[in-house]
Amino acid sequence: MSADVTLEDVREELEREPEEVLDLAPVYRIIESHREMKGMLIPILQEVQQVYGYVPEEAANLAADLMGIYRSQVFGVLTFYTQFHLTPRGRHIIRACSGTACHVRGGKTVINRLETVLGIGHGETTEDRFASFEKVACLGACGLAPVIMIDNDAHGQLDPLKTDRIIEALKEMDSMRRAD
Amino acid sequence: MKILTRNVGQPNPAHIDSYLVNEGYMALPRVLREMSPEDVIDEIKISRLRGRGGAGFPAGMKWDFASRDRRTPKHIICNADEGEPGTFKDRVIIEYDPHALLEGMAIAGYAVGATRGFIYIRGEYPEGARILERAIRQAEARSFLGRNILNSGFDFVITVHRGAGAYICGEETALIESLEGKRGQSRIRPPFPVNVGYRNLPTVVNNVETLANVAPIILRGGSWYAGIGIAECPGTKLFSISGNVEKPGVYELPMGVPLRELIFEHAGGITGGRNFKAAFPGGASSGCLDASELDVRMDFNSLAAAGTMLGSGAVVVLDETADMVKAACVFTRFFEHESCGKCTPCREGVYWVRQIMENILQGRGSEADLDLLLDICDSIRTTSFCGLGEASVNPIVSTIKKFRDEYLAYIHAGSQERTALGEAS
Repeated sequence: MSADVTLEDVREELEREPEEVLDLAPVYRIIESHREMKGMLIPILQEVQQVYGYVPEEAANLAADLMGIYRSQVFGVLTFYTQFHLTPRGRHIIRACSGTACHVRGGKTVINRLETVLGIGHGETTEDRFASFEKVACLGACGLAPVIMIDNDAHGQLDPLKTDRIIEALKEMDSMRRAD
Repeated sequence: MKILTRNVGQPNPAHIDSYLVNEGYMALPRVLREMSPEDVIDEIKISRLRGRGGAGFPAGMKWDFASRDRRTPKHIICNADEGEPGTFKDRVIIEYDPHALLEGMAIAGYAVGATRGFIYIRGEYPEGARILERAIRQAEARSFLGRNILNSGFDFVITVHRGAGAYICGEETALIESLEGKRGQSRIRPPFPVNVGYRNLPTVVNNVETLANVAPIILRGGSWYAGIGIAECPGTKLFSISGNVEKPGVYELPMGVPLRELIFEHAGGITGGRNFKAAFPGGASSGCLDASELDVRMDFNSLAAAGTMLGSGAVVVLDETADMVKAACVFTRFFEHESCGKCTPCREGVYWVRQIMENILQGRGSEADLDLLLDICDSIRTTSFCGLGEASVNPIVSTIKKFRDEYLAYIHAGSQERTALGEAS
């Protein structure tokens, strides 16, 4: 007969890092700052995402409760709009345009290169949280096609080689910032 | 003639001081001091300004409808959710001349009796949103916006709302739903937003470019404006031109400029000296034009007569090397992703169109698929709940009609391959 709990299990349990407790104070603050709450759900969720980098489930539920609306309503909104994220994301967001203007100027080669260099596909985040990658419909910068956006900056007239250089520079900047 | 891009290229163009140098905020005081709301609406009617978002509805008439509705508070919404693939013209106004937009909104507010305005800007334009917010603060500091504007007793407050990533929110009723904090799904029309809009109250939804035309019309008069371009839809138009052209960008030209002139004189012709094959004159939602149609005039009526549409004026140009079947499939993937899911024809129909398109591209199609595609497209077009579904079929239908041989090449290559492999084809 074997024990239900072995010494090994206990040791593992002790070694496991304590789960991070989410600080929900910012959610209270954000909700409070929108006194006229009716219709403000989307701006509120955008601010929540600004704080956490994504919208944690606990934060979304708390927002629903404080606003006096169903949690399902909030979840419905969060899953409808592509710019809301329910899981943690990378330190940098790389968006590649897959619109037609970019497509006819070789956008596919840039997207393929990004996927290779980053080792992730659409909607994924690198294991080290360096970056998340998304293919998006149209960035509204068709004059610069093919174009990608890294965080809030657009990079245009790309080819695979230029793409490599941009990602290398981003990695360098990222590791320097993390060393600080 | 430069009306909308008159301030582009000036130093610090988005600042209120730069705007004031060039007749900025001269129309608003004139409206408040010398004109009744009816006078303003009449002037816009005389100008025959038509909405620049795509539908081309007469702006003066829209304002008139909202002004006649007695319920308050009324709202002015600026549709800055510029999401049509290939469109980047509103961005130019927002980034280089935000005050032209704000002044137009305040005048619209006075004309219809609205005290509150929203600018719904797409989430992909974070810089544009910051520029607009800065411009609003500058205008409020000089009493061009806010409470009791220029001591006239007229209040008008503008708020910037950032979109969260949904193409459908460019459709005015979906935009209103989104502004109310809901999923962006279209409402049935009628009733139209001019009567039942934001919070079910009278609401005018105007495109950025439409509103930027307002102050110049007030200053120079409606008949001046009506004399520019062509009679049925006068004025200048911002064209976003992209794809295989030498100089992609935004060009302000009189309505009705021939497509050939736009591509070859202004946008520098086709990249690398190659030949023109096709153009989508109004973004992803428009049917394509081929080389025999290069002399078509770029305005609402002429393009409708040619079986396509001006839409937002987003011209996507493809050269001789372009694969029309692939291009149409790229558009379809976009519409499949952006369908809001409310109505079946759009949600399911576009999904099946994309499946059939990919089958054809992978050499697994048959000639009967082309008829099937046209049949499904006809159902989607006639039974979809809103314009997204209705327009989504245009790239497919037009490319089958004009470039059928390219579809047949995929189909025949596929069937030959299957025969060679000993399969029944």
